[in-house]
Amino acid sequence: MSAHSHAHDDHHGDGASHGTFKSYLIGFILSVILTAIPFWLVMDSVLDSKVATALWIMGLGVVQIVVHMVYFLHMNTKSEGGWNMLALIFTIVIVAIAIAGSLWVMYHLNTNMMPQMDHEMIKSFG
Amino acid sequence: MTMANNTASQTEAPVFYLKEEHHPETGTMLGFWIYLMSDCLIFAILFATHGVLGRNYAAGPSPADLFDLKLVAINTSMLLFSSITYGFAMLQMEKGKIAGTQLWLAITGLFGIAFVGLELYEFHHLWHIGATPMRSGFLSAFYTLVATHGLHVTFGIIWLVTLMVQVSKRGLIPENKRRLMCLSMFWHFLDVVWIGVFSVVYLLGVLG
Repeated sequence: MSAHSHAHDDHHGDGASHGTFKSYLIGFILSVILTAIPFWLVMDSVLDSKVATALWIMGLGVVQIVVHMVYFLHMNTKSEGGWNMLALIFTIVIVAIAIAGSLWVMYHLNTNMMPQMDHEMIKSFG
Repeated sequence: MTMANNTASQTEAPVFYLKEEHHPETGTMLGFWIYLMSDCLIFAILFATHGVLGRNYAAGPSPADLFDLKLVAINTSMLLFSSITYGFAMLQMEKGKIAGTQLWLAITGLFGIAFVGLELYEFHHLWHIGATPMRSGFLSAFYTLVATHGLHVTFGIIWLVTLMVQVSKRGLIPENKRRLMCLSMFWHFLDVVWIGVFSVVYLLGVLG
């Protein structure tokens, strides 16, 4: 019995944290709610403003990603001695630069295109 | 002499000079996490491509014309269910219960197959009405992003079946536990990517 509990302690000493039935259930319920709200917003056209709806979708998406990270992927600052979190932060920075940079550059490229090449013109060619 | 040696080597376990006393779990798990982060970069680039090309319909169909959000909602729930059932498989693994682990892994696999099946059904339907990747920049970006995710899930299912065979043959040995933990991270990571897909591609797309 003592050997078993010792082995169990060693296992946790490896740095990988595990979930419990409760934590998985909490994560699942939160995910269901956070998934249902944006679908409801779009399918039933709840909000008049498209910008507000889009912001709600993105905001709830980010919250749900955090919920999955914490409850399913067991992310915390202590796992793997903090290296997990460091790799994650580095990736988030790169992802933010890649996505925001692409959108920013290409938006300005589109805006600075020849004025007659707008969508109406393209449609009339089609 | 040689005969005696042969029989001895057959009965006794082979002795290796290099012994793996204790495989450090941290090495594999951290390495796999870094792989997942690099995979994240692939998806980031595909999301960026979709962000740039997502409105270029070339006078073709727009997301509002094409996407059935009810189907997407069902698909999303399939992946969400598979996430929690994989969690239950991990809990059974922690308790050392092989039958319970296998049962929950099988259920996870079925949800995964349902997800890929519904996605293929959607692709088939879109293809049938002429919304092919060649139709517009939006559709090229859509198929590349969503199919890359679907391909990941497909390989996850193959990996899952492989591990079920491994567990049935060798039981819940430390190596299999390590593999199951890696697949757990892979599987939950794919669910995280899908949050981005249904939010950005489907919901924001249909919103217009």
